[in-house]
Amino acid sequence: MRTIKFLLQKEFLQIFRNKGMLPIIFVMPIIQLMVLSFAATYELKEVDFAVVDMDQSVTSRQLIERMQATGYFELNGEYTSADQAIDELDKGKVKLVVQIPIHFQRNLNAGRSAPISLSIDAVDGSSAGLIQSYTSSIIADFNREKLADVQITNAAMGNGASSQKTITMNPVNWYNPDLDYITFMVPGILVVLVSMIGLFLSGMNIVREREIGTIEQLNVTPITKSQFMIGKLMPFWVIGMFDLVIGLALARFGFNIPFLGSLFTILVIAGIYLILVQSLGLFISTITHTQQQAMFIAWFMMVVFILMGGLFTPVESMPMWAQDLTLGNPVAYFIKIMRMVLLKGAGWQEVYKMVLVLIGIATVLLGISINRYKKTVS
Amino acid sequence: MNAFLGFVIKEFKQIYRDTRTLVVLFGMPIIMLTLFGFAIRNEVSNAKIAVLDLSKDEVTRELIQKLSVSKAFELNAYLENYDQVEQVFKQGEIKEVVVFEPDFGNKLVKEGKADVQVITDATDPNLANIVQSYTGAIIRDYVQELNDNGGTVQAGIQPSVQMMYNPELKSVNLFVPGLIAVILMLISALMTSISITREKEMGNMEILLVSPLKPYYIIIGKVIPYLLLSVVNVITILVLAKFIFNVPFNGSYGFFFFESILFIVTALALGVFISSVAQNQQTAMMASLAGLLLPTVLLSGFIFPVESMPLPLQVVSNIIPAKWFLIIVRSIMLKGSGLVFLWKETLILTFIAVAFIALSLKKFKVRLQ
Repeated sequence: MRTIKFLLQKEFLQIFRNKGMLPIIFVMPIIQLMVLSFAATYELKEVDFAVVDMDQSVTSRQLIERMQATGYFELNGEYTSADQAIDELDKGKVKLVVQIPIHFQRNLNAGRSAPISLSIDAVDGSSAGLIQSYTSSIIADFNREKLADVQITNAAMGNGASSQKTITMNPVNWYNPDLDYITFMVPGILVVLVSMIGLFLSGMNIVREREIGTIEQLNVTPITKSQFMIGKLMPFWVIGMFDLVIGLALARFGFNIPFLGSLFTILVIAGIYLILVQSLGLFISTITHTQQQAMFIAWFMMVVFILMGGLFTPVESMPMWAQDLTLGNPVAYFIKIMRMVLLKGAGWQEVYKMVLVLIGIATVLLGISINRYKKTVS
Repeated sequence: MNAFLGFVIKEFKQIYRDTRTLVVLFGMPIIMLTLFGFAIRNEVSNAKIAVLDLSKDEVTRELIQKLSVSKAFELNAYLENYDQVEQVFKQGEIKEVVVFEPDFGNKLVKEGKADVQVITDATDPNLANIVQSYTGAIIRDYVQELNDNGGTVQAGIQPSVQMMYNPELKSVNLFVPGLIAVILMLISALMTSISITREKEMGNMEILLVSPLKPYYIIIGKVIPYLLLSVVNVITILVLAKFIFNVPFNGSYGFFFFESILFIVTALALGVFISSVAQNQQTAMMASLAGLLLPTVLLSGFIFPVESMPLPLQVVSNIIPAKWFLIIVRSIMLKGSGLVFLWKETLILTFIAVAFIALSLKKFKVRLQ
């Protein structure tokens, strides 16, 4: 026990005497949480668009005004020919070109079909999709109002009301009624921060001792393998948990994320998760010789885990084989658990299976890496 | 000059004899492109949904049938009452519950209108939005079929949409340029910064500094191998993108490589800058990670559009080289633009490159403390 105490003391001293590391451990996560949470959003605002209005009628004016009034679109220019407007699209000045052909108003008022054309810059497919769905719903609203007017006039003229059947869809959004993206992102980004501390720092630490040669000094001492491992894992486990608590506080009071579930559950699972990530770091450190190698492999795994973990793009949008791959992805599990507990108030009953998987992965990884770590120098 | 050549050869050997890193270095772009190309998309497939059918008639059965055959959905459960909705959402698998009101079919036939409630698990707002609009489309189609027997012309505004430059909205078209930026950042900035701080940490810097090599030769010598590696990786990604994913390449290759090298130089300068500030590899690595890679992924428009960000972040994104590089590469590949359209972005990128080179030269210390 005393040995571990001294080892821990040594490690903490080493960490706190490294001036470059301190801001990275304590300030960087906070800055990242703030910056990334705001950056990671698909919400659409103020898209520049151009108009080619051949009709120049009251109705076409109203439609353009309606688009601007929503705050999602900003009129950037009006052109008399389609070529000019498309040219602006080529240059990247506008993202959307609306073309209103001649007789638009006349067709609409006569109850005929009134086509308009939307050209969207789809280089960025996801924002193109958003632009399309926003414009469609604006136009659909506008259309409904106009048609109602038209039908009233038609009815007054004795044409009779239409006998069209309709199904009204009432959408209800649970847990996040305002569809606020930040609420969704913050728990996930917390996971990323904790993973980075756990994976990079602890694994790297051992490779560093090996690269500089100081590991030999540790090898000749009577410290046992497991004491050594505990000495290496504990400090960054503590730091990781500390960062998580700061992050959670920021999420609760800075971002007003609802904490529906129990904080205790989160902390216990985070503790398990950190051990898992650290074991992964340890494992990487046993198969590499330099920090550069270790870092590179760790970073690569992290990127794959994060991008396949449902943080940015939903797991549901992957093909089936890729969805199956997430079954072995610890980041995916913890992100899911975080969101379920914080945003939906899920408890042990709902998450215990995932926690068991995490414990399983952690045990295997820790076992392998303790087994692979040798006190002898080859 | 001979000494310089010798130094460059030494650097090359050091990199090529490290097989582990080499495998990752060349394997990574391939794995990443394959994963992102196939796995990361914005359309939804097999989202699990549940149905709460309070009417259980002909019409709702038909609608449920339509929902369940759709590729986007997988009908996972039939619920009996409202209380179960919360239960299934908490378990986390089911993303949407479609609720048909009692007497749905009768109302539709007799009164001509009926209500359906679509409850989504909006913890993921984006997904909630997408599944909702898919459901809406399926219901609309059904209604249209019901009404179609009259053969009347659709009245009202009929928007027709053209998706320019990327008509199938393939995400891979968007991700390839972003991936090039991320991989270049990783190899150029991260690897250089680590390799220079490594010399410092191991004490080899002293040997290099007392050698007859001029300090800037040392930096150039360190940087050249990574420059070459980066170019090889750019070519690999392009070949894969073109032949496996059929990503269009409409612009000029010469112009593309010119811009890529400009970006690589910027990244290398960043790497040198970090290494002159950081004292050991760990610091260098965390600084590159937090200061370069995350902004490259998140603030450049790689995944999230810059226009969606709050204003302060949009301002910050202007100093991220990857943002400009992405605009340039996407325009070259998908729109076929040349220097005429892109001179402004090129100029900004050049300016950033020059600024960082100057900064890192100024910071690079010839003396040890």
